[in-house]
Order: sequence, then C-alpha cells, then structure tokens
Amino acid sequence: MTTPAATAQPSPAVRPLTLRTKRPAGVLIAAGFLVLVVLAAAVAPLIAPYAPDTIDLSASLAGTGGDHLLGTDASGQDLLSRVLHGARSSLVAPLLLLALAAVLGVTLGTLAAWRGGWVDTLVSRVTDVMYAFPGLLFVVLIIAVFGAGMTTSVLALALAYTPTIAKYTRSVALSERAKPYVDAYRVLGMGGARICARYLVPNLGRSVVGYLVVLFGEALMSLATLSYLGFGAQPPSSDWGLMVQEGQAAVVQGALLPALVPGTAIAAVVVAFNIVGVWVADRLGARR
Amino acid sequence: MFRRLFRRVAGLVATLVAASFVIFAAVYAAPGDPAVFLAGGRDKLTPEKLAAVREQYHLDEPLVVQYGRWLWDCAHGDLGRSFKYTDQVADLVTSRLPTTLALVGYATLLFVVLGVGAGIVAAVRRGWADQAVVGGTTLAASVPNFVAAIGLVSLFGVRLGWFPVTGAGNGFAGTVHHLTLPALSMALGALAIISRVTRQSMLDAAASDHVEAARASGVPEREVIRRHVLRNALGPIITMCGLVTAGMLAGTVVIETAFGLSGVGSLLVNAINTHDFPVAQAVLLLMVTGYIVVTNLVDLVHPLLDPRVRAERSTA
Repeated sequence: MTTPAATAQPSPAVRPLTLRTKRPAGVLIAAGFLVLVVLAAAVAPLIAPYAPDTIDLSASLAGTGGDHLLGTDASGQDLLSRVLHGARSSLVAPLLLLALAAVLGVTLGTLAAWRGGWVDTLVSRVTDVMYAFPGLLFVVLIIAVFGAGMTTSVLALALAYTPTIAKYTRSVALSERAKPYVDAYRVLGMGGARICARYLVPNLGRSVVGYLVVLFGEALMSLATLSYLGFGAQPPSSDWGLMVQEGQAAVVQGALLPALVPGTAIAAVVVAFNIVGVWVADRLGARR
Repeated sequence: MFRRLFRRVAGLVATLVAASFVIFAAVYAAPGDPAVFLAGGRDKLTPEKLAAVREQYHLDEPLVVQYGRWLWDCAHGDLGRSFKYTDQVADLVTSRLPTTLALVGYATLLFVVLGVGAGIVAAVRRGWADQAVVGGTTLAASVPNFVAAIGLVSLFGVRLGWFPVTGAGNGFAGTVHHLTLPALSMALGALAIISRVTRQSMLDAAASDHVEAARASGVPEREVIRRHVLRNALGPIITMCGLVTAGMLAGTVVIETAFGLSGVGSLLVNAINTHDFPVAQAVLLLMVTGYIVVTNLVDLVHPLLDPRVRAERSTA
C-alpha cells in the first residue's frame, strides 16, 4: 500500500511521446510486428487462403507447405486462415475487457481517493477479498456460477482487473488531488463531482493509459488461458487459446503444428506487447 | 510481538471467512433454483436427489445458518457430496491431492534453484550475464504457461522422447520423471520475478559498509558473497519464493489440464465443465485457504529468520 506521502512526489521525468525520440531496436521490431498483426487481423477475410471453418478431412493434419502454408488441424482446417481470423477475437476481447475494467476501476479509484472515509474503506475491503483468490480463481468461480462463454469470461475478467486499476487510480488521484489547481476550482465554487470529471480524471489519463498498456499482455494471456480451459471462446471459434486446446490431442500423435501455431501466436503477441508496453508506459509516466 | 501476532491471525481469519462466504454464497448468484444448480442441472434430476441436496446444504434454513453449517462441515473434513457422481467430495480431493502437492513442490524446487541461481549470477557478474538473465527470464514470463507446456511437450516429449507426455507416474523416480515437464512449465513463469528480487536484494546488500569492510580485511570474494551478501539478502528472496509458491496452487489448474494429470486443479476444471458445483466449491475453498495461509505464514516466518526485522518491528 502506497502512503500519500510517498505518492506526492512528482512523477519521474516524463518524456514526450513523439516520433523524434530515439527508440531501441527491440521496441521498433516489436511495434512493427504488432502493426502487422493488427493489419492482418483487420483484413483477415481478404488475405486468408481459406475460410476458417472449411473442413477437409482428406487434408487432416497436413504439414507445412503444399496447399496449406502452416498445415492443417485434425479436421483439415487451414491453420493460417484460422490464426488470422482468430486474431480478431484474441485481440479485441482483451481490449474490451480492459476498457470495461478501466471505466469501473477509474470511477472507484477516484471516488476512494476523493471521498476517503467509508468509500475508501469499502473499496479496499472488497479488493482484499478479491485478492484472497490467487491467479484466475476469482474468474473461475464466476464462470462456475454463470457458465462458460466468451461474454462471461470478458465480464468476469473485467471485474477481476477492476480492483487493480482502482488501486492504481487511487494512488495517482491522491497526489493529483493535493495539487493547488484543485483547491483553486474549489474556491471558485465548483462542486467535487465537476472538478473530478472535468479536470482531475482527464489529468490522470496519461498515467492510467500507461498502466493499462502494460496490463494488455496479461489480459490477453488470461483470456487465452480461459479459452484453453474451455471456459472462454466456444467452438467453432478460432480463438487462439481454444485452438491450442483443440490441437493438443494431435501433439501426442506427433503432429505439433495445430497446437504450436496458435500457441506461438499468443506468445509472440504477448512478448511484443510487453516490450512496446513497458516503453510506452515509461513515456507516459506511469508508475510501476 | 504477541499483539502483532494476534492481529495478524485475526486478519487471516477475517479474510478466510469473507472469501469462504463469497464461495458459498455464489450459489445464490446462479440463475434459477440453488438446489437444482447444486445438483448439476435439470437433466436426470429426481425428487430424491433434490431432497438430498436440500438436506446436505440445509437450504430451508436462513442463509447465515446454511453458511455456518457448511463451514463447520468443511472444517471437519466433510466437503459435501458430488451429486453428479454421488461421491464424497473429500475422497475425490484427498485421492488427487498428492499429485498436486508433488507438482507444486517440484516446481518450487525448480524455480528456487534456477531463479535464485540466475539472480545471483546476474548480481555477481554484471554486464552481459546480467542482461541475459533479465532478458531471458522476462521473455519466459511473457509466454503463457500452457503454451510453454505445449512447447516443452513437443520438444522433449514427442520429438526427443525424453519425458512421458501424460500421467503422473508411480514411485519416486516415476513421479519425478513424469512431473519434470509440468513442473518446469510452471517454474518458467516464476523465474523472472525470483531472479529479479534476488538480484536487487543482493545488490542492495552488497552496497552496505560491512561488505566493504569484509573485503578490505581480505575475506575471499566467494566468502564475501556467500556469508555477507547472500546471507543478508535472503529476507526478500524467501518472502517472494513463498508468495510465488502460494500462487502456484492456482497455476495447477492450467498445468494439470495441459498434462492430463489427475490432480486437484484438473478436478476443478472437470467439475466446472460437467456442472458439478459442489466439487468446484470445495476445490476453490481448499485452494483459497491454502493460498491465504501460505502467504500469511511467509510474513510470520520472516522475522524468525531475520533478527533485524524483529528488532525493527518491536520498536515500531
């Protein structure tokens, strides 16, 4: 728990996010890869050689090359096409859940920092209980109650990320609240809600976005894990996590591609996003 | 000291009560009749079965009484019944617990040896070794553990054939042989945090005056590192290892599924996929309890290992 005194220090050298600042080669490569992935996902139906659900049992578990660049899975579906189509849900769903968690978390965090007292206590007690569940177990409990599915998974994960974001927002909002401009607006007779909505929260934006960028890789990983366990995306979706699960049976038979292709896609995107994310977060002056 | 201990234990109990209540009351959040939900849905549902559920969970009583009785039963080893298989949940769990504990223990051994080792190397040999450790472990942490599992199985299980692909094996040697890949997949993700804490803690300890003094008085470098730097850096390292091990209880859910191990984690996944809520509830309660107890134990053990912390806390 950060004390108000510790958070009141000015944020360390916030460097501007411009194109002219020098970027390390690793960041450039990772960013280029991500742009490529996003573009490929956007135009997947145009560039994918097959429809993702074209079943061709005669081409079951084909290797690389030939008609299928990255081979096929057990039911003969083209892996490249599936991975391209799967990129859409695999990338958009984490974005969606973080957006939802950000709205909830920033609201609660600002409220806790602004009002203090029982609101603050309540938020931190609820957070404590949620943190008592290690890893994804809180999400798993929600899924056990409401049943598997992509919508449930996204909502449950959003709820699970809310306390983390609220905690972060609270700590940055506390130091923002101590700034003179807040008092100035107060003296002008402005209400608390209006100061928060028009000035305080927008001023936190940079820092919170920086924090969210770092969370994205983890969110993608969590969602893929849920789909892998059968709790998230359901067949015939081409979600990467689900594809790994479906491809796993073939691994024992010696056909590695159906599991390795989507698995590599997940790992590569998360690695690239973490490299870019940390760099962006530093520029945006997010605390870590 | 005792007041502190008391407050700590009180906090632990409060967290446990709150978390277990959430797990219990989740039944009421489910759409429809809680009794039907606990019995596993409407298909093959008989009036007798429904009556058995109502009796087991005391569904006719007020919520607080239901919760109290459920908690009382759980504390006495009665984790309820799986209405799908009409088994005692406690039997299901105890038959699977050894595999899970062996897996967590093995993974802990691996990440402690590899992670602390890598951290020491990074701290002692700065420069490229340092960068390789930080870069390599960060990369490993970015790979989801089920993907790491598939990768390891593909390479060492299928291609090279060094390790079996599924099952838990028999006897000590068999278990070690079977659990190596699962334990390694779990440990990989923890290496980054452990090696980073070790490295930082060692660098902090190495900056203190007594290390300088030891060096100046001619103590061999190896001894300086072992007795003066590492010894003083152990506190945060042990704490972090404890926390990571506690978190691994949840990690078994994924890894046991990936390797087809019949442990407690895969039991949870199966229970959810077959709508067997009493089993899911019991496993969740077990894992959350284990997690809370281990994380708190780590905090309590810390002052026992490090007299400085004891002194600091008693004056504070």
